Amino acid sequence: MRQFNITNKTSKQSFVCREEDYILHAMLRTGIACIPVGCGGGGCGVCRINIISGKADFGRMSKVHVTDEQLNNGYALACRVKPKSDLVIECAPNSKSSQQRADLTKQLNEVSQ
Amino acid sequence: MKKGVMRPGHVQIRVLDMKEALKHYVDLLGLIETDRDESGRVYLKAWSEVDKFSVVLREADEPGCDFMAFKVVDEDALKQLEKDLVEFGSTITHREAGDLKDCGRRIQFTSASGHCFELYTDKKYTGKWGLNAVNPEAWPRGLKGMKAVRFDHCLFYGDALAETYDLFVNVLGFYLAEQVIDPDGNRVAQFLSLSTKAHDIAFIMHEEKGKFHHASFFLETWEDILRAADLISMENVPIDIGPTRHGLTHGKTIYFFDPSGNRTEVFAGGDYNYPDHKPTTWKAEDLGKAIFYHDRVLNERFLTVVT
Ligand code: FES
Ligand SMILES: [Fe+2]
Repeated sequence: MRQFNITNKTSKQSFVCREEDYILHAMLRTGIACIPVGCGGGGCGVCRINIISGKADFGRMSKVHVTDEQLNNGYALACRVKPKSDLVIECAPNSKSSQQRADLTKQLNEVSQ
Repeated sequence: MKKGVMRPGHVQIRVLDMKEALKHYVDLLGLIETDRDESGRVYLKAWSEVDKFSVVLREADEPGCDFMAFKVVDEDALKQLEKDLVEFGSTITHREAGDLKDCGRRIQFTSASGHCFELYTDKKYTGKWGLNAVNPEAWPRGLKGMKAVRFDHCLFYGDALAETYDLFVNVLGFYLAEQVIDPDGNRVAQFLSLSTKAHDIAFIMHEEKGKFHHASFFLETWEDILRAADLISMENVPIDIGPTRHGLTHGKTIYFFDPSGNRTEVFAGGDYNYPDHKPTTWKAEDLGKAIFYHDRVLNERFLTVVT
């Protein structure tokens, strides 16, 4: 069975993913956290990424978060991406939800400190 | 129920892939398929419900919730509610009888929070699944997975909670069972009920309108919740949180995701209300404990992951 290296260009973290696995699920198993995790089903858009290089297969994902055009331009939801080669990716959250998440993370961290 | 709105009736959920969705809602959750229609929608019910369906699945490119419906006591009440809604300023869309199979006419309207709701009064009465109407046994054999007992409530995320409160309480006759208040005195979460149940619908404040947080199904005991958690692990289903207890409503709960990313809850127990009960209040500063009573911290996912 083939397996590939998935590298987050921004955080410089890498993990291995088998070709029949979705990369977000593979990342979760390794304990690395370089892509945000949401619903795991292509619905919430939290795990949105840009594939900078490499080939991949895609499961169905919400078109609200990745339009057909964006998919052609390398955007995808990591929980619906199966690698067909080594991949280099970066997180590409939709602007509004990403700002909201950043604010919330800050708030939550402040509370827990 | 003072305006004749009786109870939650059904919810229509959008899924990316019907076959995958049925594995979740039928094989795992334990709903029963009762029909399909020409447009490909699949109708499901939980075993203890008396009408033909309570969950409708529709395949679409964007997961989420199309609408949640409430059953009204009779046609007169439905007519009056329609007048009241128009007076309130709602725009009404009419859905003819049969638009949903074996369901009478429905009226649709949108809340200020951006969610579509429906009222109807007729749906085919098929009785509890697998039980005789006379001398019924305790439960039917042949149930699958978590053996969900009934569709119970939905939680929606959106803004304009005050206007939405006005619609549900003053027009539709719900009462406020439980709330979360921020330091400025704003209501940031409202749990509304028609019955002695802890809630029939809930809203949490969120920047974006019209978001679906979860549909919830009733199980009887804590043991059933643990068994649900076991099944979630056996099937490798993405889990959100649990098994744990909510502060709000004090229900025992577990959250997990369907294959399109819509959240499902199964829960057991929880508080009850009578008309002389006052609303229960939580402070937004203690939201962690209000939502997850044991961890006492919110996971970010609860606040941000919606469809
Ligand atoms: S985690 Fe929700 S879309 Fe990937
Ligand atoms: Fe719930």
